[in-house]
Amino acid sequence: MSLVETFFNWEVFVSSFPLLLSGLRVTISLGAVSIVAGLVLGLTIALIRLYGVRPAQLVARLFIDLFRSIPILVLLIVVYYALPFVGLNLSAFMSAALSLTLVSAAYTAEIFRAGIEAVPRGQFEASFALGLNYRQMMWDVILPQAVRIVIPPLTGNCINVIKDTALASVVAMPDLVKQATQAQALEANPTPLIAAAFMYIAILLPLVYLVGQMEKKSRRASAR
Amino acid sequence: MTPVISINHLSKRFGTFLALDNIDLNIETGEVVCVIGPSGSGKSTLIRCINLLETFEHPGAVAVDGTPVKKDKNLTRIRENVGMVFQSFNLFPHLTVCQNISLAPMRVRKKTKNEATEHALSLLKQVGIESQADKYPDQLSGGQQQRVAIARALAMEPKVLLFDEPTSSLDPEMVGEVLDVMRQLAKSGVTMVVVTHEMGFAREVADRVAFMDKGKIVEIGTPSDIFDNAQEQRTRNFLSAILAH
Ligand SMILES: Nc1ncnc2c1ncn2[C@@H]1O[C@H](COP(=O)(O)OP(=O)(O)OP(=O)(O)O)[C@@H](O)[C@H]1O
Ligand SMILES: [Mg+2]
Repeated sequence: MSLVETFFNWEVFVSSFPLLLSGLRVTISLGAVSIVAGLVLGLTIALIRLYGVRPAQLVARLFIDLFRSIPILVLLIVVYYALPFVGLNLSAFMSAALSLTLVSAAYTAEIFRAGIEAVPRGQFEASFALGLNYRQMMWDVILPQAVRIVIPPLTGNCINVIKDTALASVVAMPDLVKQATQAQALEANPTPLIAAAFMYIAILLPLVYLVGQMEKKSRRASAR
Repeated sequence: MTPVISINHLSKRFGTFLALDNIDLNIETGEVVCVIGPSGSGKSTLIRCINLLETFEHPGAVAVDGTPVKKDKNLTRIRENVGMVFQSFNLFPHLTVCQNISLAPMRVRKKTKNEATEHALSLLKQVGIESQADKYPDQLSGGQQQRVAIARALAMEPKVLLFDEPTSSLDPEMVGEVLDVMRQLAKSGVTMVVVTHEMGFAREVADRVAFMDKGKIVEIGTPSDIFDNAQEQRTRNFLSAILAH
């Protein structure tokens, strides 16, 4: 068999394509849910970490450090295989989404904290001097500026989350990796794996490029 | 009549360093008080205590219009009534000039967008830059930005305006346009406390000039009391050093 027939077999590709597509859908929805939930949770934790009462700040810090140091795969296995022992049965999707969200939230919280702290102190002072309260200051003045600062690192985090969705295949999630290995076994041919690899690249390459562009731009802006 | 600002026994420490040392000062409605003094003498700290951008220690007390300034539910109300103009402008870079001015009136005073915008435009006219309303701060010169900052403070119709070296970060050719606006305000009866190194302005516009050194108000009086007739050696040394400059 030739190399092309082995790795780029058109017939195998066509027949496994529906399976791959369903896997891709799962991967994307898992990624999207985890990214959005991670953003909301991460921003909340960042605000608590910065402005909460002392004990709450400590809890937020613990959360951030904990979920940044645990490997996602370990977390996923604990959530999926260990939690049932205490009566908590989560579906594969829920387990994966929960694990990815917790880890993503921890990183997002650090990104937002750095972003908020990068907003000059004068912006806070001007807001207070005008009589804005905390919430108004955050929504109208600080966060819009922080968001600009954090978009490149947040996009980088999105890339990581999407990559990490691949780990969900170990808890039998029918995601892109899982479906690709399935199809490979079915067809006795590795073409679906190659196709899956290209699908990941097709999603992530533009994001990687985007981050590069944004970083170049912000370097230029700060050089000004 | 109660003074619009009353400051009693005000002391402030940064760590062990005494930045304000038992300050007493009352400011009447309509008065313009200029605060001068060497770098590090506590001028900024003093006016930042008036709207509690700096906290101060017991038993010092500051009151605005009779309301004690402290960290309670009255604080944002007090800050609404005390406008502040900073050396570094501190405009909101993500908002247009007009939005910079109308934000607080909309959020704090609950004005409608139309009312706030209309008022913003008339204030811009007052400070002479109505044509810049839709630009962003970084598209303006320093002098224009500081005039926007003054308009932003005025938009809340404060009882007092505090200025912390409003012209110190401007190129020399722009100092005049900002001082002109401030002169107009002073004439129209706005109560102002101005930290400044512009001695000409202080002499011309101030009702009283306070000379600060090492956290104390060393001497306070009319411009001619201070500039022509200073009683304290420290004041005279400072002024002669400045004038020799
Ligand atoms: N946040 C701070 N932490 C520690 N020390 C401070 C802080 N802010 C001010 N100081 C100190 O307090 C003293 C008074 O500062 P302040 O800014 O009020 O002086 P100033 O008279 O406004 O001087 P300048 O003309 O340089 O603005 C200075 O010695 C300064 O170093
Ligand atoms: Mg100062």
